[in-house]
Amino acid sequence: MAARRRLVSALLVFLCASSVFSGAESQEATLTGGHRAAAVDDPPTDTERAEQAAEQPAVEERRWEATEVEEATPDEAAGEKQDTSAPGTAAPSSAPQPKDDFQEELVVRPLHSGDIYASFQFRTLWETDFSRENKVSHYRLFPKSLGQVISKFSVRELHISFTQGYWRTMQWGQPFLPSPPGAELWVWFQDSVTDVDGTWKELTNVLSGIFCASLNFIDSTNTVQPSASFKPLGIGNATDHRFLRYATLPREIVCTENLTPWKKLLPCGSKAGLAVLLKSEKLFHSSFHSQAVHIRPVCEDRQCKTTSWELRQTLNVVFDFYTSGQGKREWSLFKMFSRTLTEACPLASSSKIYIDVTDNPQGEQFELSPATALLSQAVVLGDRRTFSVYDLTQQITFGSVRSLNLLIRWKTTEGDMLRPLLHAERYVAGYGLQTGEIHTLMYNNHPYRSFPVLLLDSVPWYLRLYIHTLTVTSKGKDNKPSYIHYQPSKDRLRPHLLEMLVQLPPNSVTEVTVQFERALLKWTEYTPDPNHGFYVGSSVISSLVPSIVAMDTNGTLKRPLFSSFFPCKEESSFFVRIYTEPLLVNLPTPDFSMPYNVICLTCTVVAVGYGSLYNLLTRSFQIEEPSPGLAKRIANIIRKMRGVPPL
Amino acid sequence: MAAPLTLLLLVAVTVRAALFRSCLTELIAERVEVVSPLTAWKRVVEGLALLDLGVSPYAGDVFHETPLIIYLFHFLVDYAEVTFMLADVITAVALYMAVADYNKQVFRKQKYALEADRYPLDCLELIRSPKEMYYIPLKVAMFYLLNPFTILCCVAKSTCGLNNAIIALFILTTIKGSVLLSAIFLSLATYQSIYPLTLCAPALLYLMQRQYIPVNFRRFSFWWFIAQYAFMYLGSLFVLVCLSFFLLGSWDYLPSVYGFILSVPDLTPNIGLFWYFFAEMFEHFRLFFLCVFQINVFFYTIPLSVKLKEHPVFLIFMQLAVISIFKSYPTVGDIALYMAFIPVWNHLHRFLRNIFLVSCVLLACSALFPVLWHLWIYAGSANSNFYYAITLLFNVAQILLVSDYFYAFLRREHHLTYGLYLKRKDGSEATLVLK
Repeated sequence: MAARRRLVSALLVFLCASSVFSGAESQEATLTGGHRAAAVDDPPTDTERAEQAAEQPAVEERRWEATEVEEATPDEAAGEKQDTSAPGTAAPSSAPQPKDDFQEELVVRPLHSGDIYASFQFRTLWETDFSRENKVSHYRLFPKSLGQVISKFSVRELHISFTQGYWRTMQWGQPFLPSPPGAELWVWFQDSVTDVDGTWKELTNVLSGIFCASLNFIDSTNTVQPSASFKPLGIGNATDHRFLRYATLPREIVCTENLTPWKKLLPCGSKAGLAVLLKSEKLFHSSFHSQAVHIRPVCEDRQCKTTSWELRQTLNVVFDFYTSGQGKREWSLFKMFSRTLTEACPLASSSKIYIDVTDNPQGEQFELSPATALLSQAVVLGDRRTFSVYDLTQQITFGSVRSLNLLIRWKTTEGDMLRPLLHAERYVAGYGLQTGEIHTLMYNNHPYRSFPVLLLDSVPWYLRLYIHTLTVTSKGKDNKPSYIHYQPSKDRLRPHLLEMLVQLPPNSVTEVTVQFERALLKWTEYTPDPNHGFYVGSSVISSLVPSIVAMDTNGTLKRPLFSSFFPCKEESSFFVRIYTEPLLVNLPTPDFSMPYNVICLTCTVVAVGYGSLYNLLTRSFQIEEPSPGLAKRIANIIRKMRGVPPL
Repeated sequence: MAAPLTLLLLVAVTVRAALFRSCLTELIAERVEVVSPLTAWKRVVEGLALLDLGVSPYAGDVFHETPLIIYLFHFLVDYAEVTFMLADVITAVALYMAVADYNKQVFRKQKYALEADRYPLDCLELIRSPKEMYYIPLKVAMFYLLNPFTILCCVAKSTCGLNNAIIALFILTTIKGSVLLSAIFLSLATYQSIYPLTLCAPALLYLMQRQYIPVNFRRFSFWWFIAQYAFMYLGSLFVLVCLSFFLLGSWDYLPSVYGFILSVPDLTPNIGLFWYFFAEMFEHFRLFFLCVFQINVFFYTIPLSVKLKEHPVFLIFMQLAVISIFKSYPTVGDIALYMAFIPVWNHLHRFLRNIFLVSCVLLACSALFPVLWHLWIYAGSANSNFYYAITLLFNVAQILLVSDYFYAFLRREHHLTYGLYLKRKDGSEATLVLK
């Protein structure tokens, strides 16, 4: 019920926002056309084009949909008639300008705990410039809603993730794309934005509508500007963190209502390609679910003369088939997603499935069917992995039954995972509701190499951190951070931000502790379930970790000797970002049922003070005369009424 | 008299030093009754740590001390225990000297009045003898130094002890008749926490009384004296404010210290009336009630000054009590200061009506504070209402105590004018009532 209401309100917000866009943009277009007169060679054509564009967006969008339908139907028909026609090549050929490109892939990695990790990535690349041209109105593969967001809010980079469940690094290793539980949003704005906070506020509201999520709860009390932890991932070397905003909502629940709008951003929707596997009844029946959207500018080619925008939609999910399958370790695409694959997305230039077979070179651990001869090697997160590749654009992949149902049957339950080189955990220590202590433990499992990590903590204002109690210890010794950036909180305005650079000694645990005091809030500031506690977002640990490939100094068997003395720069270390658990902290609560009683009682006490002082100040001492008896008083009243002098 | 005072100081310092060395220090420093967000030592240390990190201490909402306190503890942070013990000793000695001087004047005045036959004949038993007044200064020092509230306050290193020392020095300089020093210390006290501003009324009354300037609005000398005092007061306040600005190079401290005192954003429980009231307040009435509660502190100054214009020292006592009851972040240290004056008024004891009840309530509440706090915060078997109820009762007891002393004082004055044994018209024994 609540979800539906939120959905409706979010849609309303989005509708309003988009109507505002179309109104505002036509104005803006003419304005900026005038402003940039100096920069653009031919201003009249520029404004003309803008006006044209402003008149026609709805028409063009319809045309785009129509062509898509036209394209799709003969394509499907062709696919049914002839197996040999490749759908992947058919789609872009009819496009007038092949400036955009769509790729999809699924990586499946059997985990040592018996779980299955499936990671979808959909990448749309478009060579356009949202910021320079006044109006981008012709959208083909790139979703229009996001394109408008980028141009309207001058976004340089946008990363948003919704996660349900916590990624267990110790059991599952590193994820391809890490994300904290709940919702996370970080955005780099263009330098041209003047009111960054206002733009951020609007952007979160619009995104809240697009993704049907409660991102509108992002305000100044949970937004920070990290100084070092979040660098732009795309091109451009903007390092002024005034244009960066980072916020997490650890309490956000991710469900179908967030998945549906996310799927709608895909060019094929959930009709064809890998996205047919994304059925919410299976995806949300999992140990971990994370969906994300990353938008960034990237280089078009090696010279980087032109930039294009990359939209990367990722979805990571971990299924636990070991416990649900009564200890039988066997899975298939059908078992995971209750669907099999029959075709690639016709609009995709590449559509592949990768199965991680690194631990299974001779097939002694599990059996993979149908088998494929195609193998691929890649260094992923500092580790050289081998993958079996299934190319969905090749009809041969689907075989004679015209459907692909990958199946893995485990032969042994053995096998141990190399411990992740870096992992972290966090908890709250202390008892009672007055004070507490946040402990963050960071493990460096590298046998001989120490490396620095950047720790970012954003703690809400109602846990008052005492920075003088900050201690960093590793191996029982004080480990002084070489860089500390601390921004204290302001009550009801902004959270604490603590960033520090800590060197982790090899094979050690580093413990960071800081004490805090729990504030008593106003009764209206508590959540509807105050005794559930308040969430504190995950700490973010970013680091360049020495890779396992470089660690392997003895692995000279396969490589020539001359190539293996100095570790190669690319492979010697890799970037890792890990998120700790969010915290759940209880605060002292007032009694919510008695505001009236409290107001009355306190005012009574103040009145007692006022009354007694007023009495003593205004009255004077007098001798008490005996008061007449009751009968006499009544008699006097009667006499007064009669007009007779009193007794 | 010097020997007993020295002995007392030694005992007080020993008790404090012993407590500083014990394991109770941390426990006491966390107690919400002893430290408030304004005075907590933990927050002073935090401010210094922020300064070391290169962040302005006022950038956050943890540190609310004045810049002079940072400057002081920038040098003295390692000798903090000594500083706080010294502050208590200074307060006690200043109060001792002030009360000794005041008693001399009271005695002199009484002598003149007796010689002029101004007292009724049956009032002789109300006349104070030098013998009973002899130990009062020592008792005042003892009430301050050995009061458990003061000891807790000192052991918790609450900066309230420093504020008390400044106010005690202000009282001393006022009673000694030094106009300039009085104005300087008053501005220091105001600078530390706004509320001592109301003490300027008794100071003016006292100094004028001492210089035989009549309190008469039509006299030029009256206004001239007020102008002089105001000039000295405002001048030194201006110097202090500017000095603070130059110490940190920004005006951030103004909203962070005075805005914090006046707008009460931090609702950490304490012994006062504000925290629970504003935690439960409806948002749109908040500003209104904030104004009402803050005006309450300053409101009594003028009527009290009018009523007690002949007795400025009693007025100081009343003002201190009103401040400590109605201020936004009160601690037991504030209460200890006005309670130190209680021995000065021991000639009023025969007119007090409910001192036994009030002292029982105060003692019981002091014991119940930690108990109910534990039940609420640690055991979880009680809720905030329990602690709130005790703060209410504690404040009612304080109000009764103060109004009782005020009543007794007024009554004694009445008796000194009209005689002790009053008769009715028909000759029977009369009872006095307020009308």
